[in-house]
Amino acid sequence: MKKFLLTKKTMIFILAIFFFCCPLLLNRYWVDVLNNVGLYALLGLSLNIILGDAGLFHMGHAAFYAIGAYTAAILNTQFNIPILFLIPMGGVLAALFGAIVARPIIHLRGDYLLVVTIGLVEIVRIALINDVFGLTGGANGIFGIDRMIIGGVKIRKPHHFFYFIYLFMIFTVFIFSRLKQSRFGRALNYIREDETAAQGSGINTAHYKLLAFVLGAGWAGMTGVIYATKMTIISPESFSFWESVIVFMIVILGGSGSIAGVILGAFLIIGLPEIFRGFAEARMLVFGGAMMLLMIFRPQGIIESVPQLYQIRNR
Amino acid sequence: MNCLQLREVTKKFGGLVAVQDVSFETPPAQIMGLIGPNGAGKTTIFNLITGNYGLNSGQILFYNQIISGIPTYRIVELGIARTFQTIRLFKNLSAIENVLAGCHCRMNSGIFSSMFHTRKHHAQENHALDRAMKSLTFVGLSDCYELKAKNFSYGNQRLLEIARALATSPKLIILDEPAGGMNDQETLSLIQLIKKIQTQGITVLLIEHDMRLVMQVCENIVVVDYGQKIAEGTPEEIKNNPKVIKAYLGSDMDSNTNPVNDKF
Repeated sequence: MKKFLLTKKTMIFILAIFFFCCPLLLNRYWVDVLNNVGLYALLGLSLNIILGDAGLFHMGHAAFYAIGAYTAAILNTQFNIPILFLIPMGGVLAALFGAIVARPIIHLRGDYLLVVTIGLVEIVRIALINDVFGLTGGANGIFGIDRMIIGGVKIRKPHHFFYFIYLFMIFTVFIFSRLKQSRFGRALNYIREDETAAQGSGINTAHYKLLAFVLGAGWAGMTGVIYATKMTIISPESFSFWESVIVFMIVILGGSGSIAGVILGAFLIIGLPEIFRGFAEARMLVFGGAMMLLMIFRPQGIIESVPQLYQIRNR
Repeated sequence: MNCLQLREVTKKFGGLVAVQDVSFETPPAQIMGLIGPNGAGKTTIFNLITGNYGLNSGQILFYNQIISGIPTYRIVELGIARTFQTIRLFKNLSAIENVLAGCHCRMNSGIFSSMFHTRKHHAQENHALDRAMKSLTFVGLSDCYELKAKNFSYGNQRLLEIARALATSPKLIILDEPAGGMNDQETLSLIQLIKKIQTQGITVLLIEHDMRLVMQVCENIVVVDYGQKIAEGTPEEIKNNPKVIKAYLGSDMDSNTNPVNDKF
């Protein structure tokens, strides 16, 4: 058993090294595709806490993504605050926004919550188009967002972003997988399984659901900042309801609750259509069909969330 | 001092009075039974005690502290644990994870120590695992701690629920029909288990339809019918109480004046 785990670990390690050499072998276009996959994977991972772990049907994730991106864009273009500082700041503001909007709707269940969160993402998008407080630049958006400078290197080429995004992803996976194996992660799972029983076992369900929203929103906000500096120009249409649907699909299709599943989901949903671009219109048809079949025959997603193993001592 | 005290508790659902002016008290480490015909309001009383429902009037005290009106998870923290009439386990999680849910309220590691797995996190996790295993061993399910809850037999699912409740380190445990769906053999060992819970100094309040179990384990019994308390006493007293017999079997007078019977 131990030997098997070791080989599995080394295999992942080798794959990771190979993956990190990708930018050397691929052209700019494909590296950029991988960057998009990475951004969506980050969004998927942040939604996974809310949707996969806590089981809250939230289809307005693009709203938090937008808050992060616009925070960075406004503060950077108006006050010249460096983007690197704005990553945590965008996260905090998105988390704050998440806490404020989630608090009154947190008691809603299933489909009711879904409808409300769809409304949320539309409200944010329309507010951005209408140029609230004269800050968001209306339908044109904001342009001229700075690049990051890390250790004297300006992060601007696709392969720069590749390393930045995937290192941030490793950090995210590290944090989130540890959260899963903790009191916090278990509490979310109990809520997903049976909220009444969770409460009856002494879990403050409203508190944990709110925490899930805050954490998910914060991470989506940080991803939004990275998106803003990658594009240098952002506009409301990047944060439409459709974006929320895509992230939702990534989580459900990849395997809700499974970190590996969500990352795979991002590769399939964002990466595959690019690979089959040559087939023009037919690719979306095939893609849609494949998705339906998958949901019929494997509703738990491609990679199922693995049950956690516990080491029992003194037995 | 009483462990649990209900003072003229009333609960209405719209126009329906589900529980009306019910009062009783339970001394510490006693096994008390709550019985009555179907729909008498027994489970409603449980839901009032655990804070699942808010009450319309009256008071519920737990060791002289008013607990009516505070949220369920706080009541669990104070020391009242429960099981459900319709089993409510986390079906897709393993037995040990189900029981760890009970340990949750006795841990206090926050989100950041969870994120970075600090030393405090490890210490608490190990402690919780020990406690959860102890709880599973107590009900006799420690061998299958990795089995998913949904794969347990009906009787064992009830035991697992009791283990989860015990893991909260309660002072009072509330069992809603613990023998429901159990065979004779399982019921017999349940009787032993309930007595064993009592020896730990835990007060037990239970609803049960299996009269053999009630009469064997309960030291004191409260009978409710149509939301009102109609009798209270030892098993012997309850068995011979005419009001109780009437509630369960109906009286002659009832059948004579029953309009349905008149028609035929």
